Amino acid sequence: MSAYRRLEVNEVGDVTVVHFRDQKIIEDLRIQELGQELFQLVETEKRKKLVLNFSSVDFLSSAALGKLITLDKKVKANSGAMRFCNIRPEIYEVFAITRLNKLFDIRRDEGDALAAF
Amino acid sequence: MSDSQWIWQCDHKIPSRPEASRQVQEAILEQMGQLQWGEHDVFSVRLAMEEALINAIKHGNHYDPDKHVQIRCGMSGNVVRIEIEDEGKGFDLAAVPDPTDPDNLESPCGRGIMLMQSFMSRVEFNETGNRVVLEKDASPAE
Repeated sequence: MSAYRRLEVNEVGDVTVVHFRDQKIIEDLRIQELGQELFQLVETEKRKKLVLNFSSVDFLSSAALGKLITLDKKVKANSGAMRFCNIRPEIYEVFAITRLNKLFDIRRDEGDALAAF
Repeated sequence: MSDSQWIWQCDHKIPSRPEASRQVQEAILEQMGQLQWGEHDVFSVRLAMEEALINAIKHGNHYDPDKHVQIRCGMSGNVVRIEIEDEGKGFDLAAVPDPTDPDNLESPCGRGIMLMQSFMSRVEFNETGNRVVLEKDASPAE
């Protein structure tokens, strides 16, 4: 099992549940590292079902949104599926304003996200 | 609003590195807390400031160590005004594609300006596009 610096990765059945270690996802280098770790889950480790739990995240910038969009493309290219959950209202507003709430499958909590597979 | 109406002001010239902007950002946000600004307004200013500063440092100055970014802030209990100016060539605001257009929805870039405009009360670029003024009015108390 690889060690992740930006993520906490757990298995729930055949679903990979990811928590973020950073409260604020803003710094360029951290966003790059975060992206690499997320892409590794899909491209190297070939994980098909992902839940991204945002419970610890209280801020993210548009650069982080870019990584999530690229991740979504990689998941789909790998015939996988991804759900987001536990997004605080201000961050949900960011997804809604940019209409990324239409692109991503966003669920209320981890139970809902897991049940959606 | 004239300078005399601000309760707090700051003026910093920083190098073109994102980490150099953090201290100024934190000082502004801390001051909003001191003046009892609401949580959502603080989030809004944090987001807009982050996006504007990254634009200035990355797209304006291209991380050039010889170029700087000027950050000026004035704050009262009900208005925050932040002016950010880089030393780049600027850009044409009208030429920025709409990131919510279905054709652009999956593009990983181009959402910063839209977020600034959505979360702030007023966003004004100068004609060149190398200076932006962000203003936030305090939301009514809940």
